[in-house]
Amino acid sequence: MHELSIACELVRVAEQAARAERAYKVTAVFLRLGALAGVVRESLEFAWDLATEGSLLAGSQLVVEPVALAARCETCERIVQPESPPILRCPHCGNYTPELLAGRELQLRALDIERAPVDAATAPASTPR
Amino acid sequence: MCGHCGCAAEGGSVNAHRKGAHERSDRGGSHSHHHAHHDHAHHDHGHHDHAAGAEAEHAHVEMHQHTEDADVLHLGRQVLDKNARLAERVRGILLAKGICALNLVSSPGSGKTALLERTARDLGLRAAVLVGDLATDRDAERLRTAGLQAVQITTGNVCHLDAHMILHGLERVDLAALDVLFFENVGNLVCPASFDLGEDHRVVLSSVTEGEDKPRKYPTIFQGVDLALITKTDLAEAVDCDLPALRASITDVAPAARILELSAKSAVGLEAWLEFVRSAAEAKRAVAL
Repeated sequence: MHELSIACELVRVAEQAARAERAYKVTAVFLRLGALAGVVRESLEFAWDLATEGSLLAGSQLVVEPVALAARCETCERIVQPESPPILRCPHCGNYTPELLAGRELQLRALDIERAPVDAATAPASTPR
Repeated sequence: MCGHCGCAAEGGSVNAHRKGAHERSDRGGSHSHHHAHHDHAHHDHGHHDHAAGAEAEHAHVEMHQHTEDADVLHLGRQVLDKNARLAERVRGILLAKGICALNLVSSPGSGKTALLERTARDLGLRAAVLVGDLATDRDAERLRTAGLQAVQITTGNVCHLDAHMILHGLERVDLAALDVLFFENVGNLVCPASFDLGEDHRVVLSSVTEGEDKPRKYPTIFQGVDLALITKTDLAEAVDCDLPALRASITDVAPAARILELSAKSAVGLEAWLEFVRSAAEAKRAVAL
């Protein structure tokens, strides 16, 4: 439901980073998305065209990289990977594993960009401030 | 202009402040250019991991194999970084004043407003509420009648509160005379989980009428809360709610959460909740002093 807000924020952050690198176009966006991030991949992809419209990211591909849940059992010190629903209980010793190591990621990992040549006299209006 | 992030939206009117007003409005704002120079080495780059490009000062920018003028820009940046920074600003303001903030999340109709009405009566502290709903200021009216300072944040179609709405809400609260500030989030078991509001504690409510499986079905909102309140316990028998099963369901997805059972209507179990709020407020005052 809030994926459009997330997509708009992603576009804002990505565009800022791309402009700082003199990019005039972003062709792909790589997003690390945790299983417990509270963001639905399909909804994000559905919102993508709308969110990117009129930005440097227009027409770009959104590549979602799912991050599985990982928790550490404090009792037997093993790393466990709960599935859905995420029961945070160690399957080895039965104790609860409240310490999440991964699964809440909502991280812009990388962008594929096309940038203006450094010596171009006709650089587009993406000049760094 | 908004004094918090420099966007074009009008300050002072929480209601006028919608998400859309922010889109791409702060390109010129404070820009922390922090590339994850070291961070990316830990990630799996897959097919994008190529030999370093010519630009030595940007070791993380590597030439792409497909086209000559295309690059891979490695960032490792949090998408909700801006909300996180605004939430820190909320935290700073409240810390300076020694005000404890509690973010109440739950599905619609689980009894957030009723609990706060009852809390206002018996808490014995100065409290205010920023209450989020899609429309109407009905909840704020109810809370004012109960004796609380209440500011309605109508979000339009936005399904959650974010830190920016909170900052504008704070402009309408008398922070000088306050011990506790409640954020009554938009009734929604999904979206509010993603947004830090600058609170000290996140509290989730799950009413007995919602059934025992809600926590397992909506784990994201339960995971990471400090306190889970099982509400409307006066109805437990009528709706055949298995309270131990509901508790187990909460513990499965939120092992670290404390769980309390209460009824705002009968006040059974209310005192433990009030004690939680009082000790949280006292802890905050002690840190602020």
